[in-house]
Amino acid sequence: INHIVHNGGLYKRPFNEAFEETPMLVAVLTYVGYGVLTLFGYLRDFMRQWKIEKCQNATEREEQKDFVPLYQDFENFYNRNLYMRIRDSWNRPICSVPGAKVDMMERVSHDYNWTFTYTGRVIKDIINMGSYNYLGFAQKAGACQEAAAKVLSQYGAGVCSTRQEMGNLDKHEELEKLVARFLGVESAMAYGMGFATNSMNIPALVGKGCLILSDELNHASLVLGARLSGATIRIFKHNNMQSLEKLLKDAIVHGQPRTRRPWKKILILVEGIYSMEGSIVRLPEVIALKKKYKSYLYLDEAHSIGALGPSGRGVVEYFGLSPEDVDVMMGTFTKSFGAAGGYIGGKKELIDYLRTYSHSAAYATSMSPPVVEQIITSVKCIMGEDGTTVGRARVQQLAENTRYFRRRLKEMGFIIYGNEDSPVVPLMLYMPAKIGAFGREMLKRNIGVVVVGFPATPIIESRARFCLSAAHTKEMLDTALKEINEVGDLLQLKYSRRRLVPLLDRPFDETTYEETED
Amino acid sequence: DVKRVKDYLYWLYYQYLLATCSYVLEPWEQSIFHTVTVTVVAMVVYTAYVFVPIHVRLALEFFSQIFGAQPKSTV
Repeated sequence: INHIVHNGGLYKRPFNEAFEETPMLVAVLTYVGYGVLTLFGYLRDFMRQWKIEKCQNATEREEQKDFVPLYQDFENFYNRNLYMRIRDSWNRPICSVPGAKVDMMERVSHDYNWTFTYTGRVIKDIINMGSYNYLGFAQKAGACQEAAAKVLSQYGAGVCSTRQEMGNLDKHEELEKLVARFLGVESAMAYGMGFATNSMNIPALVGKGCLILSDELNHASLVLGARLSGATIRIFKHNNMQSLEKLLKDAIVHGQPRTRRPWKKILILVEGIYSMEGSIVRLPEVIALKKKYKSYLYLDEAHSIGALGPSGRGVVEYFGLSPEDVDVMMGTFTKSFGAAGGYIGGKKELIDYLRTYSHSAAYATSMSPPVVEQIITSVKCIMGEDGTTVGRARVQQLAENTRYFRRRLKEMGFIIYGNEDSPVVPLMLYMPAKIGAFGREMLKRNIGVVVVGFPATPIIESRARFCLSAAHTKEMLDTALKEINEVGDLLQLKYSRRRLVPLLDRPFDETTYEETED
Repeated sequence: DVKRVKDYLYWLYYQYLLATCSYVLEPWEQSIFHTVTVTVVAMVVYTAYVFVPIHVRLALEFFSQIFGAQPKSTV
């Protein structure tokens, strides 16, 4: 269903999100496929149990066979009978910088993916459609690399302490001031690991007696942080504002479950771009709800910082809102900045509190200096403070690539989920055999893609996820599109029953590339 | 031209492998699966061949008896 919303003045631009329904025949065939695999899985398990076949997966020792079984649940069954058969599409070792093109080590398996051996050959110049390299800062030459090398020779690589002890370098202070200025918030704090930023700081912000309203499809780090905090968690349907409002109303009216006392805090956890769906959060509506019901908002901009907005400042700028409305702005440096780590930005009191009470600040080693310098250089590049327009050009190139790629894929007839402007493009595959086949066929044609199945997605909705980058030129995208077209015909992936006509209300400067006939 | 037909048939076989997930099975498992499928399809075809014409003829006779009997009863 296409939601094109122009209402109430909340949205200043059209919000085009589409999740096409699964065709009935495809769903039936997917279930048939999983049924066949389950039956053969039972057969293989039977043979392994009765020693007809050698057991190559992890099992309990002989003495432990009478204990509570460790490997009998569905995840382990899926792992040894389904995942093992198509395992060669994941964990592929790369041996160069993951830019627009990447080198990969070739490996073969002689016992159906239980063990791999390297042939010694390196497959060169594979078009990389899987790395989170949105602005193309994963480079081995350039301003960022030179600055990082200089800092490496000055500070070394290790910090050997936590932020609170001896690990607080002047580089960290510089980085935090810069990030705060970039986001438009009062103060910011940076951590060494993006996952740890979420999972260690949410427990510092909320505790027992608080309520967390989290989206259905939130990332594992947010879920882990919410569970560790001990607060009550309620889930609302993905990006569904009616569901969120209903939960907020119930929370305010009924209070805590037994005692009916008011909640100490209500925290809404959302992400900027959801990487499995490619959808963008309805931020204006969330902020309106937050203000109406007096709750707090925690926005995880892992994928959207640097990738959305006319100057790359994330989903807040994309919707034209003020960063003051979001109470806790979290993000990672892994995706658009080509480094590692995460940050939290907000009011000065909040960040000062986190400096003292966050587990990550107290126990985790602080960020390595070359990584900090990479972030500083890339943020300055995006803001334009290094004196060039390279940053701005990259943000615009990413937006053009996104629109072009999505439009071409939709015209070809694939089912693509998500918002028109998100650089994460999930292409639906559905059937389990096509997951393995798609990964292998694309590698044969020198394009590296990431395919995702259960348990990261619902069991019938497996997909291939393309991550676009500002480093991709139009030629690379055209090559990739041609190969995807070929593989789509070969594997019969063009399930979409609607050929979308380009919307007429789009402004004319969007497609700067001429229409190609192919 | 023969090559084109062969390629098309191989493509159809590939689609069957993908749709029923036997693409990921090992060769001996594929043999078991193909045997079972071919047996089931053969049984369905044989049953259809033996029973469908007789049942269709009986159904037509039953319905034509109803419609055939009408003019006689109204006059």
